[in-house]
Amino acid sequence: MPGMTMTEKILAKHAGKGRVEPGENIWVNIDLLMTHDVCGPGTIGIFYEQFGKNAKVWNPNKVVIIPDHYIFTADLKCHRNVQILRDFVKQQGIKYYYDPDFVTMEPTMPTPYKDPTKTRYKGVCHKALPEEGHVRPGEILLGTDSHTCTAGAFGQFATGIGNTDAGFVLGTGKLWMKVPPTMKFVFHGEIPPYLTAKDLILAVIGQIGVDGATYRSMYFAGEGIGSLTLEDRMTLTNMAIEAGGKNGVCDVDEKTLRYVRARSNVASWEVVRDDADAEYFATYEWDLAKMEPMVAKPHSPDNKDTARNCENVAVDRAYLGSCTGGKITDMIFAANILNGRRVKIPTFVVPGSTEVHADMKQLNLRGMPKGANEKSIEEALQDAGCTMGPSGCAACLGGPADTFGRLQAAEVCISTTNRNFPGRMGGKNASVYLASPLTVAASALTGRVTDPREFISGRIETGEAGVV
Amino acid sequence: MESVITGKAYVLGDNIDTDQIIPAHFLSYNPADPAERKYFGMYALSGVPEAQAGLPKGHTRFVPENHFKSEYTIVIGGKNFGCGSSREHAPLALALAGIKCVIAEFYARIFFRNSVNGGYVVPLESKDSLVGKIRTGDELEVHVTEQYLLNKTTNHRHDLQPLGDVLPIVEAGGIFTYAKKAGMLR
Repeated sequence: MPGMTMTEKILAKHAGKGRVEPGENIWVNIDLLMTHDVCGPGTIGIFYEQFGKNAKVWNPNKVVIIPDHYIFTADLKCHRNVQILRDFVKQQGIKYYYDPDFVTMEPTMPTPYKDPTKTRYKGVCHKALPEEGHVRPGEILLGTDSHTCTAGAFGQFATGIGNTDAGFVLGTGKLWMKVPPTMKFVFHGEIPPYLTAKDLILAVIGQIGVDGATYRSMYFAGEGIGSLTLEDRMTLTNMAIEAGGKNGVCDVDEKTLRYVRARSNVASWEVVRDDADAEYFATYEWDLAKMEPMVAKPHSPDNKDTARNCENVAVDRAYLGSCTGGKITDMIFAANILNGRRVKIPTFVVPGSTEVHADMKQLNLRGMPKGANEKSIEEALQDAGCTMGPSGCAACLGGPADTFGRLQAAEVCISTTNRNFPGRMGGKNASVYLASPLTVAASALTGRVTDPREFISGRIETGEAGVV
Repeated sequence: MESVITGKAYVLGDNIDTDQIIPAHFLSYNPADPAERKYFGMYALSGVPEAQAGLPKGHTRFVPENHFKSEYTIVIGGKNFGCGSSREHAPLALALAGIKCVIAEFYARIFFRNSVNGGYVVPLESKDSLVGKIRTGDELEVHVTEQYLLNKTTNHRHDLQPLGDVLPIVEAGGIFTYAKKAGMLR
């Protein structure tokens, strides 16, 4: 009998089985369920409809609610949706809820937090989950958001589900799953200074297609992945869904354990690894030294090209943000390109979380606490002419018409976000190029798609940023 | 589950993502509120670029302006139908607009799960691509259990894939009724 993959082992354990095979349907026990303001109200409605109006969730300590999608809008329905979450948290005694405490039931734009360290609000759920200690190796996390797969960077099984499935989990703590076969993506060598994990995942999706991993697990392996920060590994697993993947995972190493030890709100976890004789649906290999900065051209994440090949493409605006490209290391990458220069096109910056926003104020361009005469990351970006917005999902998914940075007309945008299907960032006649924070920053300086090697002299250090 | 579904086809291409099925700015409506829920029907498929809306001609509205229901009953898609976000509003919007089944080459995983577990639309798979073979407005007769469809406009027959493992959940009408029947829930 062949060995098992990390994903198979985690699913088997949560089904109370010694072994599972790809394709097998099993019922698994869930460690954590996450929801937010867009899918929470529907999930709550289904939960009460199916389990009764006095029903109680299976475990109020295992439900995490993180409003993040439609926070900075005057749309009263969005504020009402936050209120539905607040009422549910109170009724159910939910332990982990991160309230946008500045949102009121007025049909006006909420006044954002002034100090990102003095609000309960966290920003984008996939960034906030590990920051707040909800992510650990070996566990199963389900969330009502397709990018829930981000948490697989920590060696756990994490995937997105709909409202009905989430309502079922709320009542029972269980869900049926089909065990996915695993595809292995091996990266050799060390990450060079002009690449980030975004280039790696765009190369993967470009090779296998937006349906290349449908119903499968994506395992990112090799010393190249070991050379990435935890935040950059999150960029890889985050976009597993853009290849249709059910989940994405990385090996647990000392970097992972250091992060989890510093943050986890549960004292123990189980590190699970692929057996040496585990079987894979397919294996792909890349040599990092031979890879180039990549873009995904409109209108699909698999429409790959090199940034260099697209240097004649004029862009109208640049966008840095989201769970994919709004982490503190993404901001450091961009700030090192933009520092001391001026952007040529409107450039919008949205921190992925309030912790990222706080770090942007406190850290220097090397990710270390800034000295008295040093620029912060936020100052470097603002001095270059970028416009900063408050943390949240913002224009990554378009959102209400008054959303910060939203594309309204037939504009061309280069963005660190995750999807570029028609209409994704707002206007359905807009065009989006997906790229790394380095490539987006370089393009902001020139007003055309630009290979960041034009602006990079050496390795960009990120220090302890985004770790402890 | 109806074993035979009849009605007009609305034809779309490959990679129809959830933003095209229901654009994100409509997600502020609460699907648990009956007065708000119906708007998902009004805006179903409103994110599809005009040239691809109702193939082969395009520029064909799925739901008439200011209406909540479509004249179409069956959506035909290509590869990877329902890719993108996990929003259950997508199969819900199609169902509220009057769609009973989608027939695509294959589906993105979460859309398929949501369609089945929520009992909104029957997600059927064709043996080969039907985009280009069926035209928007063709009258179809879909034989769900017998796994074929009849295009009554052209008199062509096309084979469908078996529903497989999810058939009992589709037949039950969703995961809750299925789990109750199976004795998992009271």
